[in-house]
Amino acid sequence: MSNLSLIVVLLVLLALGYQLGMVRSRKVATINADVRMHSRPHHYGMMVGLWAVLPAFFILLLWLWLAPAVINSMMLTQLPADIASQSAEQLRVVSQRINNLASNFGVVADASEWELAAAEHLRQLKANSAIVLTALMAVIAAVGMLISLLKITPRLKARHQVERVVKALLVLCSTVAILTTIGIVLSMVGETLKFFSFIPPSEFFFGTTWNPRFSTVGVGEQGDFGLIPLLSGTVLIAGIAMLVAIPLGLMVAVYLAEYAPLKLRNTAKPVIEVLAGIPTIVYGFFALVTVGPFLRDLGAALGLDINATSALTAGVVMGIMIIPFISSLSDDIITQVPKSMRDGSLGLGATKSETILKVVLPAALPGIVGAILLAVSRAIGETMIVVLAAGNSPALTANPFEAVSTVTVTIVNQLTGDNDFSSPQSLVAFALGLTLFVITLLLNVMALVIVRKYREQYE
Amino acid sequence: MTILAENPIKTVVHPSQVQQKVIASLNRRHRKEAWFRRTGLLAVLISLSLVALLFINIFSKGLPAFWQSAITLEIYFDPQIIKIPAKPEQAADESDNDFRQRYLDWQTQVGFVNFNRLITDSLQKILPDASKHRRDLGRIVTSGERFALRDMVIADPSIIGQTRSLHLLTDANIDVWLKGNIDRSLPDAQQQLSPKMREWIDKLSAEGVIQNRFSLALFMNPDSRSSLASAGLAGAFMGSFYMMLVVILLAVPMGVAAAIYLEEFAPRNKLTDLVEVNINNLAAVPSIVFGLLGASVLIGWFNLPMSAPIVGGLVLSLMTLPTVIIATRSTLKAIPPSIRQAALGLGASKMQAIFHHVLPLAIPGILTGAILGVAQALGETAPLLLIGMKSFVASIPASPFEQASALPVQIYLWQGNELRNFFEARTSAAIIVLLLMMISLNGLAIWLRKKYEKRW
Repeated sequence: MSNLSLIVVLLVLLALGYQLGMVRSRKVATINADVRMHSRPHHYGMMVGLWAVLPAFFILLLWLWLAPAVINSMMLTQLPADIASQSAEQLRVVSQRINNLASNFGVVADASEWELAAAEHLRQLKANSAIVLTALMAVIAAVGMLISLLKITPRLKARHQVERVVKALLVLCSTVAILTTIGIVLSMVGETLKFFSFIPPSEFFFGTTWNPRFSTVGVGEQGDFGLIPLLSGTVLIAGIAMLVAIPLGLMVAVYLAEYAPLKLRNTAKPVIEVLAGIPTIVYGFFALVTVGPFLRDLGAALGLDINATSALTAGVVMGIMIIPFISSLSDDIITQVPKSMRDGSLGLGATKSETILKVVLPAALPGIVGAILLAVSRAIGETMIVVLAAGNSPALTANPFEAVSTVTVTIVNQLTGDNDFSSPQSLVAFALGLTLFVITLLLNVMALVIVRKYREQYE
Repeated sequence: MTILAENPIKTVVHPSQVQQKVIASLNRRHRKEAWFRRTGLLAVLISLSLVALLFINIFSKGLPAFWQSAITLEIYFDPQIIKIPAKPEQAADESDNDFRQRYLDWQTQVGFVNFNRLITDSLQKILPDASKHRRDLGRIVTSGERFALRDMVIADPSIIGQTRSLHLLTDANIDVWLKGNIDRSLPDAQQQLSPKMREWIDKLSAEGVIQNRFSLALFMNPDSRSSLASAGLAGAFMGSFYMMLVVILLAVPMGVAAAIYLEEFAPRNKLTDLVEVNINNLAAVPSIVFGLLGASVLIGWFNLPMSAPIVGGLVLSLMTLPTVIIATRSTLKAIPPSIRQAALGLGASKMQAIFHHVLPLAIPGILTGAILGVAQALGETAPLLLIGMKSFVASIPASPFEQASALPVQIYLWQGNELRNFFEARTSAAIIVLLLMMISLNGLAIWLRKKYEKRW
């Protein structure tokens, strides 16, 4: 049976066990009418169902994990001696061909006699494995169900057993987030180390030219993998974005929190937050077809030479995207500043703007700094706007009117098309990704610590 | 600023120096106040007008693309041209497999018919001088439409010998010409259409033979490169649909379970603190990093297929998980402890108190968070590019394991098409579709929140 149908059968078994357990527990309850059952009937049902399904499920997982390797090695032992004595690398190719033959997927050109035989053998082994697995699971499920059914007595703590399983499931789910982080770090560190075996870290981190060349060029043509031009492009664009977003976002937050009548606040706030929900690809398109040409024409009118796709275009549009981040986070923080502080300042005769500038904002400053750091981290990691609007030219420049490239753009450029992660040209994407991850991690942690400190201060 | 130290009663008649200073500065300070206030209002107005500008820009560009120029032709299904054997019928003693093979062979035979001839023949009837410009004639109707004719014949062979009036999509360049998206005064060398074609089109358009019709192709067809006018969003839509299915099935239950554990069961210690920081941080990791994770772990180690919605869905699930966890936790936090205490006091176990009493109250909040997470995942592009979804897919995926595109990726691919005049509008139309989907998801979330919001 296929694995999917096995899982469906397991689900049916779960329902069956549940029913049987309920029926059985009710019967036990009527027999021992003088004793109170420890748990409700559905607890017994669930317990029986779980006993029937969980052990069998673990067997399935174990089988899926181990069986392919075992089957493959069994198949390899049956190969002719001269083939079997080849190197591990060649054997892998051989077994790939045989696998293709056996599954009828993939194209295998002129299969030889022994390959066909091996494929037939492999097919046989796989069929046997499926039969053994099905039988094993059936036995284990039946035994689990029977034993747990027989175990039902008024004193059996079925609810405790079920709750323990549910809790284990909850714990398992909450570890996924950690596993994701570990997965990110491990996979990227692994590939990055591979990359550093081609290019020394010093050349990567301090190199000032980015010119990776194509991987097909051959040996000797390594290309230059200098991070600095990409990083400078990233910082330039993020800087421009911040120049747009910080004043606008902060003023919006101040106005909405301190001045705006409730009606304006209740409409303007969600409308501005719409900006945060728009997919970044839409901003990228907007930058490419509208903002870029507009800035170019504006530059031409002013006598400036502005590229349609430039750091300025990408930065301005990214700034627009970030306005709601800064405005809503700062808004929350400003409204958290205790009213007594405002009252004190106003009572001493300060105007409202003086109160805001000299009392409220300084009190809210740590929180606002945290919000800005989060926004910076967002700007650095943003991809689609820069892919479309920054011009993708990895030159070391501080001129915002020129096309630049960023870390994220380069990751996209280096890692599309094939999944062959063996050349430095594609491995560098992971080194760049790790750099990006570390930078944003530092910014995020810093921001979180600051914001949390600030919260405690006024709670 | 120094503060009055002397007895205020003395200074009532003659204002002190400080008071004089304050009075003198009042005008300036009030001016400053008004200026500050106006700046704030200006910032709000600028932000609002940016939202308006973005939407007006996209909609004004994209809305025309929902209507596309189509030509109405009397197509005669000429038996002289369509010479095919009869449609096979399954014989009583024939196995399903054999019949399917025979049927496929027949379909292939139908595919060899020159359906383009049907179109050009029909065009010749309405364009008297057509025979001298055969090349131009073949370029009026977009090349994808011949497959529409083929499918009509396959569906019902009895159509052969009959005449049908059909609306066929014209070539993309004709659409551009008629909508005025190209400068008509450009010299011939820079025009995509030959002078003869332009003359014909203007004539046919004036006669009403070529009209702007609502473009079903945009919604029903997969992407196409050979026949640009019939490129549609159906493939990308299905790809996105499968991915969202994976996200809903994986990220939402897992996120809710994790949040329940962290909020209700987990002991407060260093470890759970670490988990919390980790989740908050994961929510702020750039999305492209998740794409790298997918490329190296899911495709590199687990050998899952490239550009399949299942991989995209897994990557997006991991990305959405923190959002769902954070939303669920804050909802759970808002439910007053009295609910739990009452349940526990009546003898419920902790698990029962949470699953029977706390969770049902939290469902509206959890749903809101989940919907917002799904909406965020729907618009995400960058990680999908890294797992191979950038490749061109000309079919509608039938399962999550087949190659597919996604709506945002389709937007990315279309904006890069060389036929800028045509695809700028079509890309905007795709963006409108995506935005409408996201707006309706967000609207649903807001409606849920408004309807079930409870203040304790």
